[in-house]
Amino acid sequence: MIALEGVTKRYAGQTVVDDVSISFGGEGVTALIGPNGAGKSTLFGLVGRLVRPDAGRVTVDGLDVATTSSQELARRLAVLRQDNHVAARLTVHDLVEFGRFPHSRGRLTVADREHIERAIAYLELDAYRGRFLDELSGGQRQRAFIAMVLAQDTEYVLLDEPLNNLDLRHMTEIMRLVREMADQLGKRVVTVLHDVNFAATYADRIVAMREGRVVADAPAREVMRPEVLAAVYDTTVDVREIDGRPVALYYG
Amino acid sequence: MLTDPAPTTSARRADRSPRAGLRRTGPAVRLAALGVLVLVLTAVYLVTDVPGSLSYALEKRSLTVLAMLVVATAVGVSTVVFHTITQNRVLTPSIMGFDAFYVLVSTVVVFTAGSAAFLTADPFVLWAVQVAVMVAFSVVLFTWLFGGKRRSIHLMLLVGIVLGTFFRSISEWMQRMLDPLDFQVLSDAFFASLTRPDETLLLLTAVLVALGVAAVVPLLRTLDVLTLGEPAAVGLGVDHRRVVLTLFTVVSVMVAASTALVGPVLFFGLIVANLAYSWAGSFRHVWTVPTAVALGVVCLLGGQLVLERALGFGGALSTVIDFAGGLFFLYLVLRKGAR
Repeated sequence: MIALEGVTKRYAGQTVVDDVSISFGGEGVTALIGPNGAGKSTLFGLVGRLVRPDAGRVTVDGLDVATTSSQELARRLAVLRQDNHVAARLTVHDLVEFGRFPHSRGRLTVADREHIERAIAYLELDAYRGRFLDELSGGQRQRAFIAMVLAQDTEYVLLDEPLNNLDLRHMTEIMRLVREMADQLGKRVVTVLHDVNFAATYADRIVAMREGRVVADAPAREVMRPEVLAAVYDTTVDVREIDGRPVALYYG
Repeated sequence: MLTDPAPTTSARRADRSPRAGLRRTGPAVRLAALGVLVLVLTAVYLVTDVPGSLSYALEKRSLTVLAMLVVATAVGVSTVVFHTITQNRVLTPSIMGFDAFYVLVSTVVVFTAGSAAFLTADPFVLWAVQVAVMVAFSVVLFTWLFGGKRRSIHLMLLVGIVLGTFFRSISEWMQRMLDPLDFQVLSDAFFASLTRPDETLLLLTAVLVALGVAAVVPLLRTLDVLTLGEPAAVGLGVDHRRVVLTLFTVVSVMVAASTALVGPVLFFGLIVANLAYSWAGSFRHVWTVPTAVALGVVCLLGGQLVLERALGFGGALSTVIDFAGGLFFLYLVLRKGAR
């Protein structure tokens, strides 16, 4: 499990993550929701050792993130960031190969190549493996990055807003894939999502943050209530049952 | 479930880029071709057009070739590494105020002790002082900017540019107050010269550069990961802070040593690094770093041959490099803008 104990992070006096104690990364998909500036990405940064906490402790499988070697952690936890700008011209295959770096430090073994092939096949990227990243559409690019994360072969997969800048079809495609990764490959996925309906449809558990604190943490269905969502987002949200599924209405 | 229109299998491996033919040969073959070119140029430079005794010419010229190899290695390796760390291919370590600092140190020496002292001082002492001061300067800068909580490459570059301008201004102010003779001596020192290296200094520099190479080689594959940027590299288990500090130290030592040996070569690194990216056709540092070094030797040797044998000039290679480098720099900036 990934556990935070009394974790606080301040930027220039502003508290972004405020004394958070929570553990997540159980089986299935966990969605992290909340308004902009709620501290979701900072929380990911704290777990992914990009941000150092001002107070508190972060552990992955009981290993303290602050003292465990980066390589050891990279074999347990893969993080897909929001902004994946790559300066160099890489092909899809080059990118997926990088997923094996924590295991082989760049010297690929037969086992590494198998992992790469499996990840490429799983994401159905075989036809694009020789293409450069800047020649791909947004959806294909995102799939290439997810393939890299899969090749990393970690138990935990953290995705920071994987649906950013994707159209409807690609959003559903990625979320189905996330679900399959959890169900078929046994990955424990934690993903930041902005659309609560995607969270409700594809996640088992929803953690809601607001102003640096965790304000809700429950099975998806229980979070999908007007009063809970209104408190999280500070706006009126109607929730209707459609075909037995809760759907949040927040337009108009 | 994934229904993107996929290209047909037969077209899958087909390359669309205009350099498709080039890429098919592979970076190893192209690096080997450069290696052959380096050997041929070296042979031509060593044994042709010998005015007197062959053994005397060989002795003198092999020192020049060694100087070129050392400078090309220092500049090629440090520029490629610097580009990867900063994720920017239009910068060179010199933008961090290195060259300006070298000019300042030399100017201060002449200003305070006079050109006579500058010319008669033990070259080893002068070289050692310059290297030590330059390395100390950059290590202080890096630890200040990377050691604290604020770690920003952009801030560091900005500080480097500001400091560079500051150093240049002080140097110019001092140079204005110099005796014309002192100024003449000083100006000579600022034109990179490869043809008259001091033997001891050359060997010392070669040792320093070799140590730098030995430090970079185990990190070549880690450098590949750094091209993805800091967040992704950290996610893949790179100890980013330690690796970047190590690499910056190596870059400082290499640039300082080679600058103190032959003087500033402003744009040289920029040319060879960018040519190396095109020529290698691969982002992998296992290829780009040696390719940059080989291209550096080809440029220096080839340039020297053309200047010395074909045109009959001597010693002004750095002027040509800076002129060509300036044009190349403009081309890079404009091409980036046009995209």
